[in-house]
Amino acid sequence: MNDSLAIATEGLSKIYGSGNTEVVAMQDASLQVKHGEVVALLGPSGSGKSTFLTAVGLINPPTAGQVIINGELVMDGPRAMTSLRRFRRREIGYVFQKSNLIPFLTAVENVQIVMEINGVGAGAGRRRAMELLDELGVRDRAANLPSMLSGGQQQRVAVARALANQPSIILADEPTAALDSGRGRQVMDLFAQVAHEHGAGVIVVTHDHRALDVFDSLYEMEDGLIKRSEHPA
Amino acid sequence: MNLAAKDIRHNVGRFLLTTIGIGMLLMVVMGMGGIYRGIVEDATMLVDEVGADLWVVQRDTRGPFAEISRVPSNMVHRVAAVPGVKDAREFLFHTIQREHRGRALRIAILGLSWPTDKGGWVELTEGRALTQSHFEMIADQSLGLRLGERIKLGKENYEVVGITKSMISAAGDGLAFFTVADAQAIQFDTPGEAVRLERAAREIRGANSELGAKLPVLLEQASKSNAEIPALAPPRISAVMASIEAGVNPEEVIANMSGWSDVSVFTRQGQRELLLKGSVEKVKKQIGLFRVLLTIIAAIIMALILYTLTLDKIHTIALLKLIGAPNSRILGLIMQESLFIGVLGYGIAYLLGQRIFPNFPRRVILTNDDLLQLGVIVIVISVLASFLGIWKALRVSPNEALS
Repeated sequence: MNDSLAIATEGLSKIYGSGNTEVVAMQDASLQVKHGEVVALLGPSGSGKSTFLTAVGLINPPTAGQVIINGELVMDGPRAMTSLRRFRRREIGYVFQKSNLIPFLTAVENVQIVMEINGVGAGAGRRRAMELLDELGVRDRAANLPSMLSGGQQQRVAVARALANQPSIILADEPTAALDSGRGRQVMDLFAQVAHEHGAGVIVVTHDHRALDVFDSLYEMEDGLIKRSEHPA
Repeated sequence: MNLAAKDIRHNVGRFLLTTIGIGMLLMVVMGMGGIYRGIVEDATMLVDEVGADLWVVQRDTRGPFAEISRVPSNMVHRVAAVPGVKDAREFLFHTIQREHRGRALRIAILGLSWPTDKGGWVELTEGRALTQSHFEMIADQSLGLRLGERIKLGKENYEVVGITKSMISAAGDGLAFFTVADAQAIQFDTPGEAVRLERAAREIRGANSELGAKLPVLLEQASKSNAEIPALAPPRISAVMASIEAGVNPEEVIANMSGWSDVSVFTRQGQRELLLKGSVEKVKKQIGLFRVLLTIIAAIIMALILYTLTLDKIHTIALLKLIGAPNSRILGLIMQESLFIGVLGYGIAYLLGQRIFPNFPRRVILTNDDLLQLGVIVIVISVLASFLGIWKALRVSPNEALS
């Protein structure tokens, strides 16, 4: 871990609707994640964790507040300060509760496509995709379509896809929800490894309290507010 | 990585079914154009095949194809005597409908000017041209008559000695070639009782007239056949066809006949225009409008199919946006699938048409120009049809990948 910030949010808030129908999903959410740091965001359903993650992930713009990635102001309130799509492509890796793989691409192609979109040649992309699948233990399923993979295998392919472009930040929303405890632990360890070895800042939204020891910091979210939490004893 | 190819391969059955459906729709559009070409070809085929330079028809009519024309048989000698005319032939054309082997048989009868014209110019697929002045015929295969078969028309039996292919009248009836005399016999065939009644009527008319009283010998003639009575005109023909000597301007020959007040003269091109501007023009407009409608329907159906296929891929499109895929990549996916469906559908339309169109009762002629034109239209339709899907894809938020 170094001291430079991978992610910094300042006073993020998200309000849906207005007047009587106004719903505050997130308010004044501020969080800092350093390069090489793995952060867990805990909290009950509906507390605003996913809203926070999609705001940081440049998918769902906040109503107010700032998102700073690698020191660059990317979102100022709902206003994009740069090309969000290019930023997502280069700097962010996503892993979701559902694996979200493209159904008509094989496992290796699902990993390869994100590198191809980022301008990596087909040969180099395929080699790296195979390396990542190998690292995640699904190399033998490289030629299979997502429908032919188990939930755990799909999730590992999704992790490989998130890592493919060596992003500076990785955002994971309940990545172990579809996995058994063993596989869940493996995925969490993998995030920690990626953060520590490649210097990526990682935020993982999770309900899984069995693997909290792998995280460098814990945060808890409740009623749209973020507060720092301590490691359980 | 070609996403469209991957998607199509993954959903190959669905894409094939969709493409076959579009292909069949395009086949109908293609067939409409082919039917129009067939009608034009059939309408002008006879004029072109006969090869006459001039057509001499009844005054102020547009005969013999666009309307009925009647000229006396001896007109052929008058025309042949005009300076610049190489030869003149009788032309007789009419359509009959008879029962044959339990089904209605429509025959477009064409009289050949025997012995100068034995049908040597008629392209035969089987058999031979006429070799005798009576009781032989050449039939188009669309009539369903076999070589050597005999068919009773009027009071006589006629033997099929030659078979042609695609010799059709403007109305779509198969042509049969007879000598003019046989064609007249078929056209003017009168039952014996009607002949007897007419002869009796002649006698009564003669007996009641002053002329009959003054010249009783006329009454004796009344019971004879038409051919034996000089005062009665011989059966008429439809037109006289003339060929012009080499180097002679047809307009000069027409000018020579301009003083004849009982006939009108048309060039071959004039005869073609009469046919094309008459009934064929209405058919052309009808089929043209129908073709435009079908093309619009095909475009709408393709657009809806593409839109539905895009809706099925909304999640994937959102995911592609989420991982930073540029719009061009996503639009390319939709556009390529649209073009795939259009181009493959066109190929299916062509292949199916090649097998199905020959079984149509009328000729369906696919010309290269028409095929090329439809090909361009299909590409334009494919591009336009994809716009609806593209419009939808552009509105997809990457957020939808998480839903």
